[in-house]
Amino acid sequence: MSNCLTTIQDYGLRSVGIGERILPKTDITICEQVVLIGSGLIWNIYFGTIAVFVGFWFSVMLAIGKNNKFAVFRNPSNVFIFLFRGSPLFIQFFFAYELFVLLPKIGVTLDLGFVSLSMQSHWLTKAWLGGLIVLFCNTAAYSAEIFYGAIRAVPSTELEAAEAYGITGWNKFRRIIWPSMLRLAWPSYTNEAIFLFHATTLIFFTGFPAWRQSGDALYYANYFSDKTFNPFLPYPIVAAYFIFITLIIIFIFGVANRHLNRHLNVEQRAQIRLSLNLLR
Amino acid sequence: MFNACINPSSIEGFVWLICYLTTAKHFAFYFSFLVVLLLLIFAAPLSLLFGFIATAGVRSSVFLIRIIAKGYINMVRGIPDVVFFLFVPLALDQLFEFIRHKIICFDVTEPIWRGTDFVVCKAAKLPLSTADLWVHQMYSFILALIAFAIVFGAFAGNVLSGAMNAVPKAQTDTATAFGFSKKQTFWRILVPQMWVYAIPGLSNLWMILIKATPLLFLLGVEDVVYWARELGGSKTSLYAYPHPDWRVYYFAGLLVFYLLMTWFSGKVLNKLQLKLSHGQSTMAGRELQGYPG
Repeated sequence: MSNCLTTIQDYGLRSVGIGERILPKTDITICEQVVLIGSGLIWNIYFGTIAVFVGFWFSVMLAIGKNNKFAVFRNPSNVFIFLFRGSPLFIQFFFAYELFVLLPKIGVTLDLGFVSLSMQSHWLTKAWLGGLIVLFCNTAAYSAEIFYGAIRAVPSTELEAAEAYGITGWNKFRRIIWPSMLRLAWPSYTNEAIFLFHATTLIFFTGFPAWRQSGDALYYANYFSDKTFNPFLPYPIVAAYFIFITLIIIFIFGVANRHLNRHLNVEQRAQIRLSLNLLR
Repeated sequence: MFNACINPSSIEGFVWLICYLTTAKHFAFYFSFLVVLLLLIFAAPLSLLFGFIATAGVRSSVFLIRIIAKGYINMVRGIPDVVFFLFVPLALDQLFEFIRHKIICFDVTEPIWRGTDFVVCKAAKLPLSTADLWVHQMYSFILALIAFAIVFGAFAGNVLSGAMNAVPKAQTDTATAFGFSKKQTFWRILVPQMWVYAIPGLSNLWMILIKATPLLFLLGVEDVVYWARELGGSKTSLYAYPHPDWRVYYFAGLLVFYLLMTWFSGKVLNKLQLKLSHGQSTMAGRELQGYPG
C-alpha cells in the first residue's frame, strides 16, 4: 500500500511533467497503470473543458450567422460548419499539424524581427495549443448545427407574443430566442460534450507529439499495452475512467438542464429528457 | 508506367508531376481508397446485424440476455470508440492465438504471458510467419472490421431500439388482441414498421462510420493516412522523385475526399428519406401529398 503511495507521488502528475521522469519499464504494477493513466486524464479534461467553454460561444455565433437572412453572414457559417462536420476529426488533426509545422517557415519571411510571433507559430505545433484549436473548431461546428436547429425550433407563438408586446431586435433575441434555444438544444448539446471528451483521446495519436512522453490517458494505456503485451488491464482502466467522466458530464449538464427547464411542469420536463439521442 | 518516366531526374514540370503521380507507391495509395470503401461496404451491414441482435436482446424475456444487450448498446456512450479500436483487434488476436496454442501445442507447459511477453508456439501464430504479406494484411483488415462492427453495432443497437420504441403502442396492442405471440409481434409488427423511424438515425450513423474509417491507421492497416504520411514525407535526392515535405497537400487531398464522400452521402440519404416518407402517416408524408403541414 505504501508502495502505491510513492507511485502516486512519482506519477500522479507525470503527464504535466511533474514527478518521476522515466516511465516504468519492467515489473509494471496495477497501481502504476491506474495512477499513470489517471494522470493522463488531466490532458483529456484540459482539452475537453476548454474546447467546450470557448467553443460554446463561437458555436452560438455560428448558429446565429447560419440563421441570418443575409448571405454575407450565412455563407461563412455554412462553409465552416460543412468543413468541420463533413471531414473526419482524425484527418483534421493531421492536416492542422502539418499546416502548423509549415507556418514558421512562411511566417519568418513575412515578419522578420517579431520574436513573439515566431514563438506563437512554434506553439501551434504543440498539442496543448494546436490540438486544442482543432478540437475547438470541430466542436464549434457540431454545436452550431445543434443550436441552429434549436433556433429554428423556437415556437412561433413565443415570437409572436414577444412582437405583440413590442419586444424586437436584441431584446427579442436575449429574452425570448436565447433561453428557448438553450433549453431545446441542451439534451443534444450534452451529447456533444460527451463525445467531445471522447474525441480528446485522438490528439496524441495524430501528428502532435507527446513531449517527453507526457500524453493523455489513452497514450499511457497504449504504452502499457505495448510494454506488457497485455491489453486486458490498461484499456479497461481507461474505459472505467471515461465512464466516470461521462457520468460527471451528465450530472453537470443535468443540473444546467433542470435550471433551464425550471419553469416547466414535471410532465413536460420528462418529455425533454427522453429525447436525449446518442449520436454526434 | 510511361516511357517518358524512365529517367525521372531529366524531366520536369507537368510531365514530372504525371510521372510522380503514377509511381507504384502512388498506385498503392490509390488502392488504399478502395480499402476504405471496402471497409464501409462490409462494416455497414455487419454493424446493422450486430445492432439488430442487440435490439432483440434488449427485448428478450431472459434477464441475463437483457442485461448483456443493454450493457453492450450503452457502453459506447461512456467509452471512447478509439479505446475499442485499439483494444479489440489486439484482444482478439491474443484470444485466437491462445486458443490455437492450447489445441495445437497442448504439450507446451510454459505459461503464455511471461512477464512482458506473449509467447505462443510457432504453429499457433496467426497468421503463420511463413504466410504471404497479403495474408498478414488481410488478417489485420478482418480484425479491424470486427472492431468496427462491434463499435458501430452498439450505435446501431441504440438507433434500432429507439426506432422500435417509436412504433405506435396501438400497433402492438392490436397484435396482442388478435392473439399474436410475443415472437410474432416482434417479427410481423415491430420489425417491418421500425425502419422508417430508424432511417434518420441510421443515416447519421453512416456519416459517422465514413468519418471513422481513417482510424484504420491506428489498427496497423496500410490505409489512406499511412500512405499520405509515407508519400508526403520529404524525399532526399536518393529517391527517384525528390521533393520537400508535402504531407500537408496529401492530407488536404484526404480532407477533400472525405468532404466529397459525406456531401454525396448526404444527398443520397435525403433522397431516400423523401422516398420513404411517401405514403406514411407522418407530417412529411402528408406534405408530400399536398396537405398543409
